Formats: sequence, structure tokens, C-alpha cells
Amino acid sequence: MKKILSGCLAASALAASGLVTAQTSDAASVLQVRALAATCANCHGTNGKATDGSAVVSLAGLPKDYTVAQMLAFKNGTRQATIMHQLSKGYSDAQIEQIASYFAAQKK
Amino acid sequence: MSIQRRNFLQSSAALSLLGLSACATTSMPSKAKVVVIGGGYGGATAAKYIRLLSDYKIDVVMVEPQAAFVSCPISNLVVGGSKQIGDLTVPYTGLSKNHGIMVVQDTATAIDAVKKTVTLARGATIAYDKLVVSPGVELMMGSIEGLAAAQASGQVLQAWKAGAETVALRKQLQDMPDGGVFAISIPVAPYRCPPGPYERACQVAWYFQQAKPKSKVLILDGNPDVTSKGALFKKVWATQYKGMIEYRPDHKVTAVDAKTSTLKFEIQDDVKAAVLNVLPSMRAGTIAQQAGLNNQANNRWCGVNFQTFESSTTKDVHVLGDSIQIAPGMPKSGHMANSHAKVAAAAIVAQLSGWEINPAPMLTNTCYSFVDNKNVVHVASVHEYVAAEKTFKTIAGSGGVSAIDLKPEVTALEGVYALNWASNIWADTLA
Repeated sequence: MKKILSGCLAASALAASGLVTAQTSDAASVLQVRALAATCANCHGTNGKATDGSAVVSLAGLPKDYTVAQMLAFKNGTRQATIMHQLSKGYSDAQIEQIASYFAAQKK
Repeated sequence: MSIQRRNFLQSSAALSLLGLSACATTSMPSKAKVVVIGGGYGGATAAKYIRLLSDYKIDVVMVEPQAAFVSCPISNLVVGGSKQIGDLTVPYTGLSKNHGIMVVQDTATAIDAVKKTVTLARGATIAYDKLVVSPGVELMMGSIEGLAAAQASGQVLQAWKAGAETVALRKQLQDMPDGGVFAISIPVAPYRCPPGPYERACQVAWYFQQAKPKSKVLILDGNPDVTSKGALFKKVWATQYKGMIEYRPDHKVTAVDAKTSTLKFEIQDDVKAAVLNVLPSMRAGTIAQQAGLNNQANNRWCGVNFQTFESSTTKDVHVLGDSIQIAPGMPKSGHMANSHAKVAAAAIVAQLSGWEINPAPMLTNTCYSFVDNKNVVHVASVHEYVAAEKTFKTIAGSGGVSAIDLKPEVTALEGVYALNWASNIWADTLA
């Protein structure tokens, strides 16, 4: 209840202050990257944190360059996989950069 | 009836023992920024991700009639006997405790799109700025003569909405004498979970191999061919289940006679079997029909603007999951509903904040089918919104199915990933 109430108040305050328009484009792009990274969360966990003991790895906190390299290796076939060689080919190199940066910034 | 009732009581008791009772609140606000109807893969994910992506600034009420989430994916393993229904039951408390979502255990009975309110079965009315409708499918029991009565009496089950019927179907198989036939009928696509019926046939055959080796599985498909992972399933049937599974295409069921346990077809001769599992045609969930959201395919499915999943009939109402008129190559699956929900959640947050809506949202789908208790085959796809065509399309060169050589070490590894997929998507949806 508290969370819901404070959420409402914060949202109203934000709308009233006019902050919404000032930060629109930045906020919109941050949201889009979060939504893009969320396409990985079905299997790798919300914000890249997989459940304890999961064989599907957590992506949260992995170095950006490592995630980029793995995704490119899946894409070009140098890393074998059961499914990631098929899924990685759906993402552009630019999207892989964005996703890898996002997960690198998440706490393990 | 008695079987269903007993199972319901058992699962309720099990839930209480485990402390898994849903957070069904007694007091409810008269208004919420967002109301979500349905707590399945679509609705629950939308509720959680609207909270996450708004940094907890948008309040969400979720209305769901069930006390806990029971997953359809993995439920065929309950039919086969290698899992219990409790293994795929998840409480709604994660959504309330971790994300401040108000979970109301009730059924939405009416939507007033002009006043922007939802009415619940117990009489409460709640106003919304944005409404998410994710009620899943309604099974069209009336489309097959005799099916509604046969299902109500517990004789002919669907077990397609996981829960009491899943457990009851397992019981029917256990009670069946060796040498009997299990017949499953499949409606013309689209229906919920395209590979599900073929996976179920494998699960029943796996059980028969161990416990009732003289028994048979008969697949009566309304479609001209296997609708998903066809080459993989056919290879499994021809090798692992040789002589036990028979596949018959183009079999459209018209009637069920529960007394004689017989199916009647448009064209072919009657089929009698010890256990019948009849899956009728499906359409958008009841509340979507009542709200007039079902404007596609002879009023079976709901049209949406794919960039936002907003209804093509009704402003500020977003429809997700199995109820929608699908885009090309888009299955009606739990994973896909979870993916829809994230696109819709981001769009709703953007709209309520006055931000630009993502011009190029993405979706993924992975679907694992267990061919026995541990070996799995998959299909996977990645979809992008194509603005010029106002639809999602699969991305060229991406996606695919398991290798046809079915190497045991690979199918077993996929089995491990499949169970981990389940635990991770349940957490992504509900924790």
C-alpha cells in the first residue's frame, strides 16, 4: 500500500512540476533500452538476474565486452549453442551493444 | 464433478500448507492508473513491468480469479507423471510484496470504455486511465456436439488450462487398463500452444511405455499436418514411440458421445477410445468478447495496434497474449504473452509520461517441448515491429528449431535449459 501511495504522489508531483517534458527524449531512450534488454529476461531473469542454480546464465554485471563477444560468436557460429545461435541473429550489432551495456550496469 | 472438486480442495489445502495463498486484498481503491485483467503470462508480466519501467510511479491493480498462477508450459509433464501440479504453481505474493501491485482475486465481468471503469463479479467498480486485458482463451465447448456436457461431468477433459483438469486427466490415464487407447483431438489453428498437443501425445506415450506397454496414443488433428516442430515430432514418433503413437491429419471432430467414449468427424468413421482428450476451437477470453474487443476472424480474436498492443476498437485498452489476432509467425504461447506484455508496458509508461513511443519494439519466443521426462526439442524466433506494415515480422535469418539428428546429449541439455527457462520466466513474470 505504502509503495502504491508514494508512487502516486511521486507521479503527480512529477507531472505538476513540468519535469516530464524537459527530460522527455532522454527518458524515452532509456525506457527503450530497458524494454530491449527485457527481451532477454524471459530466460535470463529480470534485469539479467537468473534464479539460483540456473543453467541459463545471469547476464547482470557481466563486462560489456564479454557479452558483446559472446553474442557475436553465437551470431557468426564460432560459439556452439542449442538456441542462442538462432536468437542472436535477431539482434543488430548496435542492439547487442545497448543490451550488453545495460546488463553490465546491473548489480549481480 | 467429484474428481474436479476433490482436486481443487487438495490443491487449495496444499497451497495453504506451503503458505502460498494469494494476496487477495479485501479493500480496493476506486481508481487506479492502470488496471490489469488476468494474471497469466501476459497480465502478470504487464503488471510487474509497468511498475518496473515507471520506477514504481504508476500504481497497478491486477484482477485474477485464481488464487495462484498455474503454468500451462510444463503441465504436460503432470499428465505424463514426471511432475506434480504443485511444481508449476506460483503464488501472486511476489507481485504484491516485491512490486506493490494490488492483486484482487475476483473476475472482471464488464468494461465500460466510455466511463473507463471495470466491474468485478463481487460488485466493486474500479476506474482506470489505462486498462490491460489479458484473459487468455475461451474454449468453444459449444462448437462440438455433446462436449460441454461431457466436460461438465468430468468424462471428457480438455486439461488445456492447467489446473484441476490436468490432474484429473492424469488420473484417467492411471485408471485406464493396459491395452487401451488415448485419443487427443486438435482444433484447426490458431489455438493456444501450437506444439502442446504433440508434446502431450509424447508424454502419454512415455507413461504407457513404462506402465501400460500394450496401450496406444492416437492423434486426431484438425489440421492437414503437424502445426509446429513437425519433422522433430514425427521422427520421435517413428523411433522412440514406434508402433505406439499414430498420427491422423485432417480429422475435424463434430461430436462427442461420452456414454460410448466415441468421437464423430466431418468425414471419417467414428473413433472409440478409453480416454478422450478433446481440444475444441478457441477464441478470445470472455471479458474481451463482452467488451467488444474481438473484432477479427469472425469475432474470435482481438485486433491490436502492434506498436502498443492498444485495441483497434477501444482507446486506452491494451490486449495481450492468446486473445489477440496474431501477426505472421507469432504463436499463442506463454513466452510470447510475456513478450507482448513488455512491449505494452513500455508503451503505457511512455504514453502516461508523454514520451515518444518506441518506434521499433522487439519480441522473442522460445518454446520447449518435452518428448519424454528429460529430452526436449525447441522452436525459437525473434520478431521486430515493421512500421511500414504495422505488424511484427520474424527477422530474416534468425530463429529455428532443434537439430533433426536429435543427439541424446543435446536433447538432454535442452531438457535442462527447458526447466531453467520455466523457473526464470516464472520469476520474470511473478517474482
